[in-house]
Amino acid sequence: MTAHLPVLQVIIPLLAAPLCALARRGRIAWGIALATSWTTFWIAIQLLARVRSEGPISYALGGWAAPVGIEYRIDLLSAFVLVIVTGIGAVVTPYALKSVEREIEAAKIPLFYAAFVLCLTGLLGITVTGDVFNVFVFLEISSLSAYALIGLGQDRRALTAAFQYLIMGSIGATFIVIGIGMMYVMTGSLNMADLSVLLAELGPNRTIVVAFGFLTVGISLKLALFPLHLWLPNAYTYAPSTVTAFIAATATKVAVYMLLRFFFTIFGVVFSFDVMQLDRVLLPLALIAIVTMSLVAIFQTNVKRMLAYSSVAQIGYMILGISLASVTGLTGGILHLFNHALIKGSLFMAMGCVMYRVGSVEIDAMRGLGKKMPWTMAAFVAGGLSLIGVPLTVGFISKWYLILGALERGWWPVAALILAASLMAVVYIWRVVEVAYFQEGPGEDSSIVEAPLALLIPTWVLVFANFYFGIDATFTTEVAGAAARSLMGLVP
Amino acid sequence: MSPALTLGVAVVLPIVGALIILALGKWPNARDAAGIITAGVLFALVLRLVEPIRAGLRPEYPVLEVLPGVSLSLKLEPLGLVFALVASFLWIVTALYSVGYMRGHHEKNQTRFFAFFALAISGAMGVAFAGNLFTLFAFYEAITLCTFPLVTHHGTPEAKRAGRVYLGILLSTSIGFQLLAIIWTWQLAGTLDFRDGGILAGTASNGVLSVLLILFVFGAGKAAVMPFHRWLPAAMVAPTPVSALLHAVAVVKVGVFTILKVSVYVFGVDLLGTLASTMWLAWVAATTIILGSLVAFTKDNLKARLAYSTISQLSYIVLGALLANEMGIIGGGMHIAMHAFGKITLFFAAGAVLVCAHEKDISRMHGLGRTMPITFGAFFVGALSIIGVPPAGGAWSKWFLGMGTLEAGQVGLLVVLMVSSLLSLVYLLEVPVRAFFSAPPEDAHRGDGIHEAPWPVLVAMVITAVATLALFLYPGPLYELMNMVVN
Amino acid sequence: MNVMGLMNYWAFIFLMMVGFYILISQGNLVKKIVGLNVFQTSVFILYISMGKIRGGTAPILTEGDPIYSNPLPHVLILTAIVVGVATTALGLSLVVRIHEAYGTVEEDDIHDLDLAVAGGEDQSFPVSGMDARA
Repeated sequence: MTAHLPVLQVIIPLLAAPLCALARRGRIAWGIALATSWTTFWIAIQLLARVRSEGPISYALGGWAAPVGIEYRIDLLSAFVLVIVTGIGAVVTPYALKSVEREIEAAKIPLFYAAFVLCLTGLLGITVTGDVFNVFVFLEISSLSAYALIGLGQDRRALTAAFQYLIMGSIGATFIVIGIGMMYVMTGSLNMADLSVLLAELGPNRTIVVAFGFLTVGISLKLALFPLHLWLPNAYTYAPSTVTAFIAATATKVAVYMLLRFFFTIFGVVFSFDVMQLDRVLLPLALIAIVTMSLVAIFQTNVKRMLAYSSVAQIGYMILGISLASVTGLTGGILHLFNHALIKGSLFMAMGCVMYRVGSVEIDAMRGLGKKMPWTMAAFVAGGLSLIGVPLTVGFISKWYLILGALERGWWPVAALILAASLMAVVYIWRVVEVAYFQEGPGEDSSIVEAPLALLIPTWVLVFANFYFGIDATFTTEVAGAAARSLMGLVP
Repeated sequence: MSPALTLGVAVVLPIVGALIILALGKWPNARDAAGIITAGVLFALVLRLVEPIRAGLRPEYPVLEVLPGVSLSLKLEPLGLVFALVASFLWIVTALYSVGYMRGHHEKNQTRFFAFFALAISGAMGVAFAGNLFTLFAFYEAITLCTFPLVTHHGTPEAKRAGRVYLGILLSTSIGFQLLAIIWTWQLAGTLDFRDGGILAGTASNGVLSVLLILFVFGAGKAAVMPFHRWLPAAMVAPTPVSALLHAVAVVKVGVFTILKVSVYVFGVDLLGTLASTMWLAWVAATTIILGSLVAFTKDNLKARLAYSTISQLSYIVLGALLANEMGIIGGGMHIAMHAFGKITLFFAAGAVLVCAHEKDISRMHGLGRTMPITFGAFFVGALSIIGVPPAGGAWSKWFLGMGTLEAGQVGLLVVLMVSSLLSLVYLLEVPVRAFFSAPPEDAHRGDGIHEAPWPVLVAMVITAVATLALFLYPGPLYELMNMVVN
Repeated sequence: MNVMGLMNYWAFIFLMMVGFYILISQGNLVKKIVGLNVFQTSVFILYISMGKIRGGTAPILTEGDPIYSNPLPHVLILTAIVVGVATTALGLSLVVRIHEAYGTVEEDDIHDLDLAVAGGEDQSFPVSGMDARA
């Protein structure tokens, strides 16, 4: 049984999806989704423990050995990402029950959970697989279900947002297939480990360079790297609260994982950074993303949209860490993958609580909520502090490594920019805090009371995680550090 | 309880106190009693740490490792003990005072107020006993955040604006400069521990370390070195006990304490003396001293005047640290205590005037001394200490600071100290002089309602005033502790 | 290696550009979907072309030892076609929903409608049959 854990990680949610769709009632579908998400979380923890003690796991799908068959390969990085994705899934699913009942028609709820579980399947599939074409297939599974989920938002603009995302996402995915095809033309292999060996033998070559270009653009579209982020703000803003919390915390993270896989594992550090000089492209874009998107976030009137722009900026942090191309920088990037999932998860879930009671996440709607919904707003403030990077929160840990990485390379202005952007985060978080705590609500609307526990408990679980992993970061830093070392080609 | 454990308990105790205060929110008397008792127990705990220090012990209490090599840890050393003693003792007095003030002034949300107050004290204890730069930074930020609700306590638009300035300056200096300096130090030295003699010697060129020192000095925004001083006058919208304990003692002293600590235990006095930027920064501090005094002159609002006086006095301590010699450090450290007792007395008196006579402006305080003699008497004693004349404690610290400037061969700085003392003589003594020697204004719509302040307020004021005098007569223990820092 | 020998690849590039152009230039959502289809189809041609070996036959075991074309790209592209169909279906169904909600499928009109609800940021526009605070 335990030998098959890698495939079960994907099969279980895949099978759960039709079950959810068949369920007549929303609560039954929810139960299935809950059981699925908790099981996958348990599996992910088992896998991480095994990878830490025994090293990478290779699983030949259907018994066909690689490179002919499809290989599922789990190393420290993928196990870590699996824990992030399933962990967020395990927290968001209990939260979904009430939030989804409020925001989505009863008849559609089973289908909602089917799409939700499918999205989870896709994200997990990308992470476990060791086969590049498989990556594309799972990418499309997760993306298509994500488009559908976003389109379920209450506002009609959710539809156009989903459509826009569909177009841009499909272009990105198609670029990725083209890149994969070109690699296949040159090497005749689709297996990641095999490819990395064959590509290294092949050396730089025009087709490979073109493939590299297609992959860079395609993946950047998926992870919403500035300036390819245009789909993201609307998608996050108008999607149902649960979906925003889940997708914001996982989908872009998995895209960053893809970037790491392709550029570090397959192409190798030498080709990506010395030959192609990827850092010269990524670094400026990351810095622009960090600064301009933080600035844009300050001027938003819709809090979810504000957080969406903030997400684009935070993705910039991850890419910045990657483009430093050093163990410290990469550790920072991978850590931020984990940490940002916790931060944005808790912030969007707090906004979901507001949506549940107030029905709007405009900044004006927050007036007086500090008194009426103290726990919700306290969660928002706590998540916000973590986003700012106050010590003893996870945000601080990632910033520590990113700045250290920048200083190691002697890149002064980069370190200064990271800090400056943290201060911009203070501004946009505090705008909400001021409205919530210093402005009186419009009249006495007695219907606005604290959100139900079913929403608050999952939110606070994530908030607690923000502090726990900020106070004792030895575990996360050790895993991220080891993953970074192995990506850089050093012995972990 | 071992001394090491005591450190941990001293940090946690105020947090427990805050929880008790929250739990007792419905019973104001029990709640306030709990606050005072917590403060008393805390002071007793800190007092117990004096013996181990005298015996030469430096116990450490490692809490946990946050990042590989970077840990939260507490460590006892004399400078921190001075700060902890002052802050915890004055918390008792302030707790007593607050009870009278908050009730006399009919403030709202008193429970929240007392709870955040206790949390801020916990932060101050954490800073005092921090064993490394990371711990210090963590508690430094915690204080900023815990005091924000206190500054904006009234919830008015004015309070909101002040809160923005407060948070904006304190967070941007600490994140923008101090955090950068800390990470940089880590990169250079490979450790963040406070060690005798410093950790940075020989790790980088003079120029790099000079920049680092600038980052540290301006990064400690709580020290209110110009041009990062605006938050302190802004914070005066807070209720008076906050201004008294936090913005004259705990918060601002955290800033100068950080600078002292970094000077002594990160750079080391020897290294500090050789850096190019040290003297330059000393002159920045000197400028702040003079400008702060001059601006204080122009303020008619009593609390605003005291705030600028604080800005000026804080830079005395910064200057003491940057003189990079024994006398300067001793003088700076002693001034932390001396200024604390003097300034808190002044704020207590200002608060009493506000509660009883509803007056904020100095120009309207004519003749108040006749109805409130004890209040203005205490103010007089506090003013003497700030000016630095006997028989108040401030005389000693200014003496050592003066000696320090001479030892450093900077006569110009000595002149600055003297001029500033003269200025403070004028702007501080104006208040009691008006109160005692001028007749009440004719138009005063003061009824007969004006009377001396409520008894808790009076008791608190008298205690601090007497302590100020006592520190002049018995500076020995304080000097002894500070002497341990440099030797 | 003459130009005509690379015919398939030229076709791939031509179709890709045509599809991409439609995607960018057309404001009609249905036409966008068409463009997306052309764009994706170009990739199918790329894959199928790379599997073809001159003189190779279909990979079916027969007598003798003929040259086989590589079947793998075909299989891959079967998957990709399925994905493409799914994308098209989802895209078109979104267009239908958009038409229900806005009464138009022109991007510019939709944009205007969103703007026309001036100050619209603070109101939500529930899609048909769904109350925001149900």
